[in-house]
Amino acid sequence: MGATLPAAETLPDSKTMSGDRPPPMRRFSPLGDLVFAGLARGAAILTLGLLVAIIVSLFIGAWPSIKVYGPTFLWTAEWDPVQERFGGLVMIYGTLATSSIALAIAVPVSFGIALFLTELSPRWLKRPLGTAIELLAAIPSIVYGMWGLLIFAPILATYVQQPLQRAFGSVPLLGALFSGPPVGIGILSAGIILAIMIIPFIAAVMRDVFEVTPALLKESAYGLGATTWEVVSKVVLPYTKTGVIGGIMLGLGRALGETMAVTFVIGNFNQLESLSLFEAANSITSALANEFAEAQTGIHQASLIYLGLVLFLITAIVLGFSKILLMRLERSEGGGRR
Amino acid sequence: MSAAMAAPMTEDRRLPLHRRRKRVNAVALSLSLAAMAFGLFWLIWILFETIWMGVSGLSLQLFTESTPAPNVEGGGLANAIVGSLLMVFAATAVGTPIGIFAGIYLAEYGQRGWLGAVTRFINDILLSAPSIVIGLFIYAVVVARVRSFSGYAGVLALALIVIPVVVRTTENMLRLIPTALREAAFALGAPKWIVIRSVTLRAAMAGVVTGVLLALARIAGETAPLLFTALSNQFFSWNLAEPMANLPVTIFKFAMSPFANWQELAWAGVFLITMGVLVLNILARVVFRRRN
Amino acid sequence: MEVTLRGGAAAGGAAAAAPAPSKVSVRNLNFYYGKFHALKNVNLEIAERKVTAFIGPSGCGKSTLLRVFNRMFELYPEQRAEGEVLMDGDNLIRSKQDVALIRAKVGMVFQKPTPFPMTIYENIAFGVRLFEKLSKAQMDERVERALRRAALWNEVKDKLGQAGTSLSGGQQQRLCIARSIAVRPDVILFDEPCSALDPISTAKIEELIDELKQDYTVAIVTHNMQQAARVSDYTAYMYLGELMEFGETDQIFIKPRRKETEDYITGRFG
Repeated sequence: MGATLPAAETLPDSKTMSGDRPPPMRRFSPLGDLVFAGLARGAAILTLGLLVAIIVSLFIGAWPSIKVYGPTFLWTAEWDPVQERFGGLVMIYGTLATSSIALAIAVPVSFGIALFLTELSPRWLKRPLGTAIELLAAIPSIVYGMWGLLIFAPILATYVQQPLQRAFGSVPLLGALFSGPPVGIGILSAGIILAIMIIPFIAAVMRDVFEVTPALLKESAYGLGATTWEVVSKVVLPYTKTGVIGGIMLGLGRALGETMAVTFVIGNFNQLESLSLFEAANSITSALANEFAEAQTGIHQASLIYLGLVLFLITAIVLGFSKILLMRLERSEGGGRR
Repeated sequence: MSAAMAAPMTEDRRLPLHRRRKRVNAVALSLSLAAMAFGLFWLIWILFETIWMGVSGLSLQLFTESTPAPNVEGGGLANAIVGSLLMVFAATAVGTPIGIFAGIYLAEYGQRGWLGAVTRFINDILLSAPSIVIGLFIYAVVVARVRSFSGYAGVLALALIVIPVVVRTTENMLRLIPTALREAAFALGAPKWIVIRSVTLRAAMAGVVTGVLLALARIAGETAPLLFTALSNQFFSWNLAEPMANLPVTIFKFAMSPFANWQELAWAGVFLITMGVLVLNILARVVFRRRN
Repeated sequence: MEVTLRGGAAAGGAAAAAPAPSKVSVRNLNFYYGKFHALKNVNLEIAERKVTAFIGPSGCGKSTLLRVFNRMFELYPEQRAEGEVLMDGDNLIRSKQDVALIRAKVGMVFQKPTPFPMTIYENIAFGVRLFEKLSKAQMDERVERALRRAALWNEVKDKLGQAGTSLSGGQQQRLCIARSIAVRPDVILFDEPCSALDPISTAKIEELIDELKQDYTVAIVTHNMQQAARVSDYTAYMYLGELMEFGETDQIFIKPRRKETEDYITGRFG
């Protein structure tokens, strides 16, 4: 090396090596590309195959029950393992009711949090607060469940349920909602805990889409004399509505499928005696969690799997619907934001 | 806002409207502050209680003794801790390569044609699938066939949760890499798989690792998929072919029980999981920020 | 082959100045982005070991033309080229040769510096390793030569183990040049190499290009006319996918033969 190189930056001839034979050529065989591409493609197909496999195996597992009950399973409220009579209405209702309550609470709160993080918060506070909200999402659901049952439920009973019952118990329609033993379990409790669980998901998505709204757009609105609230509600929100809806759907999907947070506090009671939010009830996930391992007879197990299939289809439909909605919105606005 | 204007504001018809708008704005913004406080309140309360109740259960025997039988005093969570660690790491090891390759497919090979779009769609559905349904699936396919619960089944169920997370983050991170970098590698004459392996994937590595850590954190706290796959085990065992003890299911069993020591152990277990998950999340963030 | 001066479709071709051997001959080149006809019947000769500059307003097809030479357009299925691009007797577009080998012979430096996520040493070695198996000593020598040739050696010789991204913008671009040189190409293509750089780095790179032409055939796309005038021996003016005029740089800038060329050069339109 050393002797032949002059001190200057440039060399008279860079093309010939310093007096040795041409080095051995190496060629990458086309095999590398084929194998790699094959692995990648295979992994993608595997993902596809998984979904099909899940639906098929659930269907097969649920078949004994589907054969007997057919679609009436969905609106029959009977659940009697002893007499072997099954109908999933109680659980389906429980799942839908808790998720609805969760959404009703979580969406406005998440919006408020996203609004705060993007428009109100001082710069130095944004990152830590954002992280704090994301940490709420990281807490495992079993923690929510345990905390919910042992700590939250009694407090809910004393400070919320009992007063509500005292206030509205005798009001004709509303009273029915608040009847039942106010011990802190039931659909309301489960709904509230679910809400706390999904707030960080929805808030994070909303914050992300609010942040990527072009500054110029917001400045134009402010420049016209709009207040912060007006800018957000009339300019940012419509601009980001695709992402916002996506985030809400994500939260809904999570709420529908959540097991542990609900199982601890919903009461695991397979009857639907009233519309009370305070009565013990059941959801699909908690029914599965509580009964599946011990389910003895074929039809009991099959009915539980039937419930699982229903749940999976509900979440898949909600998600699929939201994705299609998003795609349509993006196309009509000529180009997506996310 | 509109401080300097030609016509004096005092005689403007807009004034009453303006006042109302200001009030609406003030209300909206205070509500948003309240929402933020609301969110933080729960976080602090839950964390506080978890730490408060969990720390009191911490002791050496937590890590050295196995779960106690009903009505037996004392005991620890050793078998559950080991079982959880074993299954979580095994599931990550199984799911990560599949997830990364599928993510590579979506970002580098699948831009045209149907397979890419369909896979992405399906992946999003799997990502939000209820984890208990995944457990049911593995039960039907593995446990029912072999007629026994096992740690392997638990690993498979957890791996199925890891895969969609890793696919999503890998694809997103790869897409962020500018095309010019890829083209520069192609321009030197590199074949596609070298470009992906040595340049694109390498450049996106921080983000991909973050995704894996987040997937790990997610399955560390998952109970439902283990309920009918790995079940749980009262005794200490390294054998994945048998039911495997794990923290989440053990907590589930202990929390709703009448025994005081079981409840204490449940809180301690909850504390351990929460701390582990939080540490993983913070680690993921640090990794992401450092490498970028 | 000699370089004669031709204009595009509406050839007004006068006789050449001093002929120089031609390295790349472009004949009847047409290029399409889907249905869009981006390059229309381009004919020209790229002189060997000279610098040929391509100027013209945005969207005139100069970068497109460059990307035909190293078959970069092949990465995108909607893009296709028809015609002949002859180098050493072989039509690059239809060549039976492995495209990787073509790309090794025709190097490219992009608009923004693109250091790979590796050390400085590895950035250079990466391309070499694709085609040759060298011992450590041989590779060291190759890396040093490339870095010297790119006027970067003295600045990085003590930090070859640091990340390529730790260099300044101008240094990163010279690293990319060194990377292309290391695989020993015949032709180096520069696609607006200085557009992301400050004036001092720009000057250094222009100086470098001037030296590089001793050993390599250089084609450079630039939207900066003064740069073209400073750096190149031949200039091609393109407009809307057509080659309007091609000739020795001095002639193009002092006495352009076509009114369109003169309008562009004097800034009558952007």
